[in-house]
Amino acid sequence: MDLVLVNLIDGLVTGLLLFMLSAGLTLIFSMMGVLNFAHASFYMLGAYFAYQISIYLGFWMGLLIAPPLVGLLGAGVERYGLRRVHQYGHVPELIFTFGLALLIEEVVQFIWGRNAMPYMEPEILQFTAFSIAGNSIPAYKIFMIFTSVAIFIALLFVLTRTRVGMIIQAALSYPRTVEALGHNVPLVFMGVFGVGTALAGVAGVIAGPVLTTFPGMAVVLGSIVFVTIVIGGLGSLWGALVASLLIGWLTTFAKAYNIRMEDILTGVGFTKPEVIWDSMWQDLWSLTSPQIADILPYLLMVLILVFRPYGLFGKRDV
Amino acid sequence: MTDITQKSTATPAMTMGNTLPWILAAAFLFIAPIIFSSNSAITIMNQMGITMVFALAYNMLLGQGGMLSFGHAVYMGVGGFACVHVMNMTDLFEKMPLPVLPIVGGLVGMLFAIAIGSFSTRKAGTVFAMISLGVGELVAACSVIIVVFFGGEEGVSGDRTYGMPFFGIEFLRQIEVYYLTSFWLLVSALLMFLFSRTPVGRMANAVRDNPERAEFLGYSARWVRFYSFVASGFFCGIAGGLFAINFEILTEENLNLATSGGILLMTFLGGAGFFFGPVLGVVTFVLLQTVLGLQTELWALYVGALFLATVMFFPGGLSGLIMMHVTPMRLGKLNRLYVPYLKVFVPAIIGTLSLCGFIEILFHARHAALGEDEMTIFWTTFSSHAILPWIITIVVAVGGIWLAKQSAPELNEAWHDANTPDGGAR
Amino acid sequence: MHNTVRYGLGAALAMSVSATALFADTVKIAFIDPLSGPFAATGTNGLNQFQFAAETLVNDKGGVLDGDTFEVLGFDNKISPKESLIQLQVAIDQGVRYVVQGNSSGVANALTDAIDKHNRRNPDSQVLFLNYSAVDPALTNEKCNFWHFRFDGHADMKMDALTDVIAQDDSIKKVYVIGQDYSFGKAVGSAAQSMLAEKRPDIEIVGNELHPIGKVKDFTPYARKIQASEADAVITGNWGADMYGLGKSILDNGFEGPIYTYYAAADGMTAAFGEAGKDSIRLISEGAQNPPPTPQAAEYIEAFKAKYPDGNVSQSRITNTIEMLAKAIEEAGTATDVQKVAAALEGMEHETMWGGTVYMRPEDHQAIQNMHVFVHTNDDITYDYDNSGYGMLTESTIENAGADTPTTCDMKRPS
Repeated sequence: MDLVLVNLIDGLVTGLLLFMLSAGLTLIFSMMGVLNFAHASFYMLGAYFAYQISIYLGFWMGLLIAPPLVGLLGAGVERYGLRRVHQYGHVPELIFTFGLALLIEEVVQFIWGRNAMPYMEPEILQFTAFSIAGNSIPAYKIFMIFTSVAIFIALLFVLTRTRVGMIIQAALSYPRTVEALGHNVPLVFMGVFGVGTALAGVAGVIAGPVLTTFPGMAVVLGSIVFVTIVIGGLGSLWGALVASLLIGWLTTFAKAYNIRMEDILTGVGFTKPEVIWDSMWQDLWSLTSPQIADILPYLLMVLILVFRPYGLFGKRDV
Repeated sequence: MTDITQKSTATPAMTMGNTLPWILAAAFLFIAPIIFSSNSAITIMNQMGITMVFALAYNMLLGQGGMLSFGHAVYMGVGGFACVHVMNMTDLFEKMPLPVLPIVGGLVGMLFAIAIGSFSTRKAGTVFAMISLGVGELVAACSVIIVVFFGGEEGVSGDRTYGMPFFGIEFLRQIEVYYLTSFWLLVSALLMFLFSRTPVGRMANAVRDNPERAEFLGYSARWVRFYSFVASGFFCGIAGGLFAINFEILTEENLNLATSGGILLMTFLGGAGFFFGPVLGVVTFVLLQTVLGLQTELWALYVGALFLATVMFFPGGLSGLIMMHVTPMRLGKLNRLYVPYLKVFVPAIIGTLSLCGFIEILFHARHAALGEDEMTIFWTTFSSHAILPWIITIVVAVGGIWLAKQSAPELNEAWHDANTPDGGAR
Repeated sequence: MHNTVRYGLGAALAMSVSATALFADTVKIAFIDPLSGPFAATGTNGLNQFQFAAETLVNDKGGVLDGDTFEVLGFDNKISPKESLIQLQVAIDQGVRYVVQGNSSGVANALTDAIDKHNRRNPDSQVLFLNYSAVDPALTNEKCNFWHFRFDGHADMKMDALTDVIAQDDSIKKVYVIGQDYSFGKAVGSAAQSMLAEKRPDIEIVGNELHPIGKVKDFTPYARKIQASEADAVITGNWGADMYGLGKSILDNGFEGPIYTYYAAADGMTAAFGEAGKDSIRLISEGAQNPPPTPQAAEYIEAFKAKYPDGNVSQSRITNTIEMLAKAIEEAGTATDVQKVAAALEGMEHETMWGGTVYMRPEDHQAIQNMHVFVHTNDDITYDYDNSGYGMLTESTIENAGADTPTTCDMKRPS
């Protein structure tokens, strides 16, 4: 029972981290209709920038400076790259971000090398907040939870309660009308892209010390972010939140408990063959849930796309 | 050349104009190993040929059907794995001439495409792309879990020479495999080209451009997509079979997302809009990889930058770039472009090379072993710790690109002029 | 690395022919390992070690035969089996007769198979495969062939040595085994289980599980399970980012027992673990450095560090590979007839600078040598890794580890 609580907290941390990434991505998508393949690369840049800053100014300055830097870079990419490609259509846009992801990885390797960076939590948070049944919950994880919840609330507030949020929402649905009303829609686009990538940057700054800052960190997280927003429903902030938490808990619990295929199969009424290594189905019988934990989200996504193409909370087709 | 573009109008099936490129291609494939006769050159040409079949099959979706797939390696991989398993069934394989084997791969690839396509082709666009990504990840992950079929991470290997001798040829040597691959490359390319001329192929273009209107004409967009998808799966499987014959081993690498991403890169680089685009893309990519890879370990950085530049400035890819010059050529005005081209591209190329030189010096200064300051680029040897080369490269880079930018409007004008018939409105 | 000529596919396309290829009196050794991409750091460091070993241990001492020198050529395989096979072909075309490779058993499997086929089909350009690091037991068991020699202990032999050490530690009652879901991870898992059951039946294996390779973002749930199982020790065959992620999560979760690993050292790993891993991370490997086993070893490490300050002498078997190859060529009296060289390598006993002897077992072409269990620490470290102040201190030594491990190899010698 205690372990359930620990796993709930771990899943929450993973889920909220995923949310910070998918929130930005889903915003960008609903605005421009383009899936940004390079989103996780901005997350990686966030971690590396923060690491570089933390060497000179400490962790907190990194947290403060790195995300705006990443956002600025993102806005630049939108202004000078994406806007240009936009005229050719959606497929080239997608391919552009795909190429961008490759390039960013190469550039990061060029600048910082291929080994992991010793990017650490701030000393002030290097203690155990509390422990449950011998499992320690580091204070840093609590900090992660609070930061991401704060960001979610702030985002929700801006989008639904402020004038800027209203314009963004309007520009989402009726870009031409909004433009006719005298608003600078391209500027709004650039802003949203910048804010979205800055959010990814925040996620990188926070996750870097926990999940290791290395050149592969974008690839590891890259496609899972898409999966999240597709499951949640493209363009839906709530959907992104629910899907992130769902994936966080799903993978955590699948790893934490050894659910064996053997038990399920015998439970359903099959009998295990005597000589297992000769059987065609040997791999199926020996399957355990930790083995497949990290591919479960993909399975979920394919199922969702087949049966409910607009995702859990989406209002329109992907 | 123009006749094999998809944008041309339907022409009578076989004319001199559209058989000539095929005859030339066949002749080139025939004499290529005589020019490049070393074993390793043939190995690379085999590899190119296989990738070309794969890229052409991929372009049936991307270019002709407008469907972006992120997990297409799966169909080639599954076909290839099936072929290796056939190679290992000694009783069956003994009675089967090796050149027939790719058909097995094709059929298995097609079956798999039917299974996946039955649900993934219902929608185009992002839904299709995301399902392909999901399926790609799932199959790649399964490859290490389902050891019986995929052999875990070391893969499955076979021996092609155990097949029934084909007119006395046992395929012991690379050159024999080369001619087998070339034969299949030609046959599949021809079949894929003819497919694009069938009503289904034509409808795939229509569905790509405007699915609604295609539906109004009474065609089910979904089924048109499905047929293209299945046909593409078949040719991917053929490529997989050829891979199995050439390398005699298939591994997880044949299924993973990096391979799928690579083929997207090559196809787009060559240009998805024209039938021969992917072929160009494969040749360029492999040459870049080899020539650059020989010179610098930063080759992936340059290739990435080149790819991004292609998407931004030449969305039609290399083939698009070539085909852009057809109009000026027809108008007989190609010569008006020479001088502006020289004025823009010579400084631009010099500038870019200098920039690369600068990056190389930077890299060398940071990563070389202690006491090894000497480095050689562009046939000059100097110390990477000296200040002069840094300045020279920066100045030349900035200067070259600035000069190119200065001449750009002139090129623009010349281009416009070259594309306007004399006396036409300007 | 930049001063050496790099051979690649381009050369194969007859676009460039390097001048060095024209000298007849060099023994060319192809190093086929990743030199670009995510594993480039490991590969590059390996190439540096090979070139340095060839230079100092052979060429500077007058070379082999009549002054023939060794030349190690780097071929970038991007850690892909397909690319490796292409590079192998290119290497053979350039007159290479010796291939060394080590990173990834998947690549090694592809290479050993391709080399076996090549040698059968092309008797006039046969090559030897000197495997310096790929540890899949199958390579010297069911997949063995005459052309393959392994200079590292394989996974089961290392586990044999490791379990010997664990068996002597009475404080260990419960062991948790975790690994990557592929052949090597599985081999480690099953070897740990069967050997511990034999040597210490009272030890309980409280967990034996696999996780997807290179896909896990967060190892915390695994660390929680390990903690909850009240294990006294952890055994893992993880490498690369999976090793670091797992180790870090376990340590962060407050685990204090020993973590026995195969690959938790050098290539940035030692620096990254730093203080957190002190006295906890253990490593099973050959080639001790702290304390330095012989004066030659100390001299060698210092010379290497002087040339490559950012590098590590992390694979001492590389010197054995080079020295034993040189000896075998001398003994065979030829560098071109690899069959004779292979015959000379079989059964060779070699005094290594890292202490003890290396014996190349003729039955399966598997090197038998001393194995050590090291502990990650900064006390009493003469030669650290990654310039971090931390290094691997020898804790226990198993002489001629695994000399009696059985092999299923049915060696087919060319007649």
